[in-house]
Formats: sequence, structure tokens, C-alpha cells
Amino acid sequence: MDIITTHELTKKFNGFTAVDTISINIKKGEIFGFLGPNGAGKTTTIKMLTTLLYPTKGSATIAQYDILKQRDKVRQNIGVVFQEPALDTELTGRENLDFHARMYGLGREQRKQRVDDVLTLVDLEEKQDVLVKNYSGLMKRRLEIARGLMHYPTVLFLDEPTLGLDAQTRRAIWAYIKKMNKEESTTIFLTTHYMDEADHLCDRVGIIDRGKILVIDSTKNLKNSVGHDVITLSCDDLSTLHDRLLQESWIQNVKKHDNSLTLGVEKGDEKIPIIIEIAQSLKLKIKSIDVRKPTLDDVFLHYTGRMMRDEEPENPMKQHARMYNRR
Amino acid sequence: MTWFTEIQAIYVMWLREMKRFIRSKGRLVSSIVQPLFFLVILGFGFRAITIPGFGDIDYIDFLTPGIIAMAIIFSSMFTGISVLWDKQFGFLQEVLVAPVRRFSIILGRTLGGATTALIQGFIILLIGLVLGVHISDIPGILLTLVFMISIAFSWVGLGLVIASKMEDFQGFQLIMNLIIMPLFFSSSTFFPLQNVDIPEIFRQIIYFNPMFYMVDGLRGSLIGNYNINSPIYDLGIVMVFAVVMMALGSYFFSRSEA
Repeated sequence: MDIITTHELTKKFNGFTAVDTISINIKKGEIFGFLGPNGAGKTTTIKMLTTLLYPTKGSATIAQYDILKQRDKVRQNIGVVFQEPALDTELTGRENLDFHARMYGLGREQRKQRVDDVLTLVDLEEKQDVLVKNYSGLMKRRLEIARGLMHYPTVLFLDEPTLGLDAQTRRAIWAYIKKMNKEESTTIFLTTHYMDEADHLCDRVGIIDRGKILVIDSTKNLKNSVGHDVITLSCDDLSTLHDRLLQESWIQNVKKHDNSLTLGVEKGDEKIPIIIEIAQSLKLKIKSIDVRKPTLDDVFLHYTGRMMRDEEPENPMKQHARMYNRR
Repeated sequence: MTWFTEIQAIYVMWLREMKRFIRSKGRLVSSIVQPLFFLVILGFGFRAITIPGFGDIDYIDFLTPGIIAMAIIFSSMFTGISVLWDKQFGFLQEVLVAPVRRFSIILGRTLGGATTALIQGFIILLIGLVLGVHISDIPGILLTLVFMISIAFSWVGLGLVIASKMEDFQGFQLIMNLIIMPLFFSSSTFFPLQNVDIPEIFRQIIYFNPMFYMVDGLRGSLIGNYNINSPIYDLGIVMVFAVVMMALGSYFFSRSEA
């Protein structure tokens, strides 16, 4: 059964198309990832699906309810963890959760139970009565995630759930997302621009760039489409080598980028000498070469021709978050 | 969605306003200090003044209802506009994705704003009593309460309209200076404009100023003196204004995107 369907969903802001005729189907119990650089339209899509923005064109349903006509029904079926913190900093952690529980109509017993449960889960019991403005960024994030899980949503939206978090916390959150998906068969729709996150969590990934979906498939198939092994090399005359390599049938695909070539091959380590030989026969000098298992990075590069990291102007907050991460 | 969920949502929105109000000492202090200064400085400074048309009056009796209105208006405007804070801090998204009718969200917030405004209004009234204001009878006090609630609802509504239309706080000060202050000075808060020698046009303008009916109504009900219209007439106008403002506020808020 499809729990989320969208049909040519589109959002324009003053003529700029942020989300461009997106049509997707997501099955019940699936972990679906939206992978793309900053400004690709991930958050805008989530905001439309969670009734926070009105689509310019197109339609979508969540749990069979139309996001335009049955907004209240849609809201009853979803949980959202926002990218930017959406907490009331003048309330304590517990009060924020209690506010949420009441807004979702949980009864007194159930409310106390669930608040205690999720506080234990994200390990915030000791800080529950501290005002959120005194929380660290990380604690806020954990509280935010805890809140999203409180009311057993049919679909949980996670917008960049681990943005700016340290490696240890990211792993803990991933484990929890998986657990929740398994135990409560919650469908999870997450966005990320971390390749490893999509790789680790998602059953299927949709790659989105400049508002358009380029491909949707399982992470395994996506990686296979790039080749079993990926060889990246650079040399002084990329085009000549590129044209020559195209003639080799054992290479599944060749892509030329600004400073490098990537080749999808089987048994990559055995192919390196062959490639060097070919280059020498053309009197080309190879500057660097390496072989590795494909990651979603390669998949993204394959479909967009760009690395995720060389993205132009981005949200200053994200930049800040990454700087924070590095420290 | 049941009525139980809606009531709970209204309650929790109200509760949030209360908690924030109690924790924000600065807000409480600043909302009292300004009216207090008006009351003490103007009240005593002009104590022996002769107001045209009323002869010898106790100026503090004339002034107190206007200052109470001022405290309520500032406080409830603040509540309406604090939606902007929620927008900037992202909390508005949390409120807007909840499976609750938009009207319940607004009603809860407005009730919260009205409660805080009433508390502040009564604090000013108490100060007034200490300073020697003469108040009317029990029915007058009850009517005063009705006025206070209607005034609070009106300005929360206007605050919501402004908050839904503004993106940030840049325009906030401008609006306070451009709307609130002119309305105040043309509302007969400090002296009765009808009876002083000003151009005819100003004398007519005050009849289009909702604040005039609020202050005049409070005078009629609380003091039982110096009012121009009968309190019931004022109340009618103030209530219509409150309903219109709340309707506009709800409309703009329910259409806002987070």
C-alpha cells in the first residue's frame, strides 16, 4: 500500500521553481530518503506534505488523505522533526513534550507514559525540568526528535535529522530511527545531504537536484548502476583518455568531470594496471588514480555531474552547523 | 478530531501564555512601569487642573480608565505580535502541524493574552485605588470587566493581523508609533477633545477611533463620571470592533504559511 503519493507536486516562489513536478510513491513501512544538496527542494517538499506550505500545482496524499482538502486528517497522521529547532525555549523540556502531547489529544495517563518513555529514549530525563533555552544544540535536537516520536505517527518526516550533530549522536539517532521503523512500522521520510546517512538508513533513495527528481531506487541498485567498483583518476588530457576508454567494453560507464574521470568497473584493483597501460600508449601521464566501493556520492556525481560539496551559496545556518560539527 | 482535543488544545495554548508570562519578569515590570508613571506624574501633576466642560474634577479619576486601557492594549498587542517570535524561532511550525483547528489555536492564544492583559489592567486599577481613585458600584465593576475582555480581544486580533503580514520585527516599532500613539492621543485619554478648542476636524476624527469608545466606556463603567456616551452604547461599538478584529486575525493567521 502506498502511504505517500505525490502527483506533479510543484512549488514556485516568485517565479523561482523550488520543487518541480515531483511524483513519488512511498510504501507503508518504508524508510525513504530524499538526497540532494542544499536548496534542492527537500525542505519545501516536506513543508508541502506536512501542510505548512500550499503547493503551486499538483497534488499529494498521505495515508489516503489529500494534503489540500483533508488537511486536518493529514495532520493527524504525521509527525515532523523540523530542520530548524521548533521548540519553545521559554518552556522546559518536559513542558515542550507535554504541550505536544496535549495538542495531539493524548489522555492524562498516556501523556505521562509517553513523555517518560521518549525522555528515557533520548536520555534527557535529568534535564527534563531545565528551560530549553539552557539546552545545548545537541540536546535540543534530541528533544526535537523525541517529540516527533511521541504520538505514534503513521508517517514520520525527518528534515535533516542529524545536521550539525557529532558522529556518536548521529549513530544513536540512526539506531533509534531504525528501531522505530521496525517496531512500530512507522513509515519514515527523511531528507539529508549526508550520503552516509542515506546509505545507512534508507530502503530507497530519491536523488533530487534543483527541484527535480533524477532517480529513485534502492541504495543497492543505485550503487550497482554506477559499477561494482569506482575508479577515479586525473591526468593532463582528460578528453583524449575519455574518448579512448569509451571503446573498452569492460568499462560499464565513463564519466568526465572538470578535473577527473570516473569509471564503473568490476574488480577495480585488477583494472588499474590496464588503464595505466592505455594511458601510456596515448603518451598521457596519470596524476592520480584510486579505486573504491561506490558510495551514494558517486551516484550523485553520476546523475548530476557535480559533487555534492561544490554547491554554491547555501543557507548560512547550515554552514554554521557544519563548522560547529568540525570543531 | 473531537471536541476533547480542541478543548485541550485551547487549554494548552492558554497555559503556555501563562507560563511564559509568569517567567518573563521583565515583561511584567515594563508593562506596569510605563502606565504607573503616567498615572503618578500626570495624575498628580494635573490634579488641580480645570477641564473644559467638566469644571473642577479629580484628574486622577479622569485619567485612570485611559491608563488601564493603555496597559491592556500594550499587553494584548504584544500577545498577538508574539506570533512573530514563534515564527522566527520556528515554534509556529510545531503549532501549525498539530491536528487542531486553527480557530482553537487562536482562541487559546487570545484567552491567554486576555488573561495576562486583565492581570495587568487590575494591577493598574489597584495602584489607582491606592492613589485615591473613586470607583462606582459593583455592577460598574462587572461592566468594567466586560470592557477589559473586549478590549483585550480586539488588540490581540489586530496583533495577529500585523504578525501574519510582517516577516520580522523591523516594522514593529514603526507600527507602535504609527498606530498606537496617534490613536491614544485622539482618544481623549488625557483630556476630553470634544470640549477643547481644536480644529473641528479633530473633534470629528475621534468618533472613528475605537480607542475613544474603549476609554469612554471604561470611564462610564468604572468611574461612572466624565463619559460622553452611555457605557452600553460604547460597549456595543467595542464588541463589534472586537469581533471584526478577531475574525480578521483568525483569517490572516489561518492562511499564513510557516
